[in-house]
Parts: sequence; structure tokens; C-alpha cells
Amino acid sequence: MSSREKILPLLRENARYSNEDLARQTGLDVEEVEATIRELESDGVVRGYRAIVDRNQIEPERVRASVELNVTLDRETGYDDIAERLAKFPEVEGLRLVSGDYDFAMDVEGDSMSEVSNFISEQVAPVPEITQTVTHYIMETYKEGGVEFEDGDDDDRLSVSP
Amino acid sequence: MSFEESERLETVPPSGIRRYFELAEEQDDIISLGVGEPDFAPPWAARDAAITSLERGQTSYTPNRGLRELREEIVEHVDDNYDLDYDADEEVLVTAGASEAVDLAFRAFHDPGDTVAVAQPSYLSYVPAARLAGADVLDVPTRREDEFKLTRDVLEASGAADADTLVLCYPNNPTGATMTREELEPVADFVREHDLRVFADEIYAALSYEHDHTSIATLPGMRERTVVFNGFSKAYAMTGLRLGYALAPPEAIESMNRIHQYTMLSAPTTAQHAAIEALRNCEDEVAEMREQYDRRRNFVLSRFEEMGIECFSASGAFYVFPECPWDDSSEFAEALIEEQGVAVVPGDVFGTGGEGHLRVTYATGLGDLKEALARIEEFID
Ligand SMILES: Cc1ncc(COP(=O)(O)O)c(C=O)c1O
Repeated sequence: MSSREKILPLLRENARYSNEDLARQTGLDVEEVEATIRELESDGVVRGYRAIVDRNQIEPERVRASVELNVTLDRETGYDDIAERLAKFPEVEGLRLVSGDYDFAMDVEGDSMSEVSNFISEQVAPVPEITQTVTHYIMETYKEGGVEFEDGDDDDRLSVSP
Repeated sequence: MSFEESERLETVPPSGIRRYFELAEEQDDIISLGVGEPDFAPPWAARDAAITSLERGQTSYTPNRGLRELREEIVEHVDDNYDLDYDADEEVLVTAGASEAVDLAFRAFHDPGDTVAVAQPSYLSYVPAARLAGADVLDVPTRREDEFKLTRDVLEASGAADADTLVLCYPNNPTGATMTREELEPVADFVREHDLRVFADEIYAALSYEHDHTSIATLPGMRERTVVFNGFSKAYAMTGLRLGYALAPPEAIESMNRIHQYTMLSAPTTAQHAAIEALRNCEDEVAEMREQYDRRRNFVLSRFEEMGIECFSASGAFYVFPECPWDDSSEFAEALIEEQGVAVVPGDVFGTGGEGHLRVTYATGLGDLKEALARIEEFID
């Protein structure tokens, strides 16, 4: 296994492991760990690190929506062009081209429902290639970034067993 | 009338780990590295299959030997993974945990006066199960300088040549030792030369980190004299579902089944449904758990090395077996629980050869593992 293959799953599991702990878990030395991480960053494989937050606990008013977008393409405009334009809006948290009934799945965030609706109607819908938008407000998040938002399951094992 | 214990039972002392369990239960902020089971839940698909079987009301007894579908999956699984070739109808017995299979095997093949040689340190149930079957137990202490592998030397020195049965367990609980095919060969030679029967507890077969697991039953002339035990407790994290199995030649399975059909009837039905799904569709989850254990193993071994505690590079199960920094490992374990709230099990509990060591389980999340090792470090400073 290459040092990348050893480090990457660990960073994805917990980006806050210290370099020392990464070294201890992989059998690499600390210098190798540092070099590998630098390389992953400079090659653009690792694009950033951020916390997985249960937003409901800190900003319950904040609204998130997932928006379906249909587009028509022409000779001058492709998916990438439209995506590039949409991705620039700070309200847009995530953007993916998908297969199926619509073209893009877009995650949008705002302080209120009206803010999100206004953003869709005033900034997104008027984009000439966009033919249709369907907005789904997120009511409850159960799992994000692979982490389940339930109350932690306690260790119910006997404290000492054979 | 009295409930005076049978003489057989009197040969079986209360379990040596009980004391550490009681001490640990008294502490509030305990981190336990003293458990013998995974910290993961079984793969969801297996749990879901169990739930579905309950919804369908599939709660009757199964055939004594286990659901045929399950036996077929087991046979395919051990063939794919360990090159073991067994017949689903005649050579597999599904049991209530590997524990039941171990008990059946001792009872089926021993008479009073027979000798069972047990490679030690070992899992706690072999010696009592052998004694309850009326057999005498011969200790075969493996050695730290051999990294707790079983060698021809210790077999010879301990007098195992005259035994009827040899019991071995690799990957090993409590040491985490594993044995390669080359290392098993001299053991197999010895066993054939002295015409012993072998009980091979391979319940940790899926958790071998440095080489593929070899079953001793795959060595020449061994299949016909070996009973292999395996199960779902460790690799699939299904301990509480109580499901295991034995693989052996038809006549041996027939004998074990004759006890099983009267004393157990059949292994837990719900667990059998979970196990079918586990074998069919959960290899990715097993691989993921194995990777997690392997990282934790590296972590723990590195930390002991940093602390200056001698620890051979255990390569299987989810245990490491460092030397105890104090002469008396029981005293150390007690003090560690009481003063630092960290539970480990002293090696002498697991039989001869274990003294002076500690069994440290790494089936615990990295956060707790890190904290527990920091406390151990503080304790020995
Ligand atoms: C070596 C060994 N064999 C057998 C068992 C028992 O397994 P089961 O849960 O299948 O009865 C254990 C459990 O700790 C074990 O460590």
C-alpha cells in the first residue's frame, strides 16, 4: 500500500489526527506523513478540512435546500459553463451533475426560507439556460459526511471478558 | 439431598478474570482494554436479515446441524478463504457459539484418563471443558522468545507426545500470535508421528494482519484428525448472537451432533439468518473492521515501544501481549484499574506461559485507546 493509500482513509475518517498518531497507525514515520499530506494537498486530492456540524444545535433557524435544476444546452454553452457560473454564488454549498429526471442537484443555504426562495427566483431561475427549478427544503438531517446524527450508542460490553 | 458439587466440577475453579471485572465495575471513568469482543456492531445487512426473519416469524428450531443454506455458505466461505474442503451435509455442525462446539468436541471424544494437551497461554474455556469431560489436562506453555508460537520443542518438552488431543488457537487469544504454514508444519509432523487428534480454534482466522491465515487442517494428513472451530463472534462482531461452527470428518461431526441434538437441539435460528447474510454480502464490512483493527494494532505497538515496554509484534486477533512492567502482573492490573481507571487482564489468568504479561485489547475506538495508553504511561512513570 502506498503512503497515500494509508493516509487518505485516516484523514477522511478524522482530519484532526495528529501527524504523530497518523504515523503510529500506519507504521510510516512522521516525516513521511507530513510529506504525504503536503503532496495530497498540493496535488489537489485533498481540497480542504472542515468539521461535520449538527447545525440544528447551533443555528436551528438556518435553512438548507436541495434544488433540482433542468437546463438546455446550446452550441456555445455546456454543463461545465453553467456549473461554473452557479458554483460562484456563496449561497451554493454543493453542486453536482446527475443522471435521471433533472440535470443538476444543488445544495443551497440561507438564513431563512424567503432568503433561499429569493436567491432561487432572482439569481438562479433567470439564468437563460435554466428551464426549471424544483426546491426541496431540508427538514431534518440524519446522516452527513458518513456520520449519523443520533445520540451516541453506548458501549454495552462487559468491562472485562475472556 | 444436597447441592454438593460433582467431583468433576470441583476441578474447575471460578474464572480468574472475575476479580478484574468486579474491580472495573466499581470505577466510574473506566476505559477497558480488558474485553474479549469487538467494539463494532455486526454489519447492518446481517442485523437487517435477523430482523426480517423475526418479522416473518422464522423462529422455529432448525435442523440439528443448522440451516442447510447456512452450511452451504460456510462451506463456500472456508473454501474461498482458507482452502478448506468440507461437505455441507456431513462435515459441518452449526453451534451456539464456537464455545458450544469446543464443549461438544471435548465430551464426544474423551474418557476419564485421556489427556488433552493445551497450548498456553490460551482462551479460558479449553481447560474447564476438557476437565468437565473427565480428561486430564497437560499444559504446553509457549514461550515469549518464540513469540508465543507453538514449536516442536515445547511439544516435546511438555510430554505432549503421550496426549490424545492437542488444542491450539491461532490467531491467539490472549497473545495475538499467529502461525504461518511453515511454522505449523513441524507441529503437524509431531501430531502425525504421535497420532494425536487436533482441536484447532480458528475463530480469529479473519483477523490475521501480516500473512494469510493457514488452517492446520490443510496440511498433509491433518484433515482426518482435526476438528476446526470457527464462528461469527469475532470477524462479524456477532458475539451476543451466539453462533459458531465445527468442521470435521463425517464420523466426528456425527458424534458431536449426537450430544448437540439432545443438549442444544439447534443453534439460535435468528442468528443463523443473520449469518447467511453475513457470509453472502458483508465481506466489505469485515475488511473495513480488519483495517481498523490493524491501524489500532500499529498504534498500540508504537505506543508501547515509545514507553519502553517490551511487546512482540502481535499479528492477529485484537490483542497485544506486552511484558508487565512490574514483577507481579495481577498486582499491576489491580493497581491500574484502581489508580488510573484502565482495565487490562494479567497474562497468568490465561495459563502457564502467560505470567509476567498483560493482555491488552485494541477492540476500542482510537480516542479511548489513546487516552488509556496515556494513562498507562503516566502510571508507570
Ligand atoms: C479463542 C476463542 N475461542 C472461542 C471464543 C468463543 O466464541 P463464541 O462467541 O463463538 O462462543 C472466544 C471468545 O472470546 C475466543 O477468544
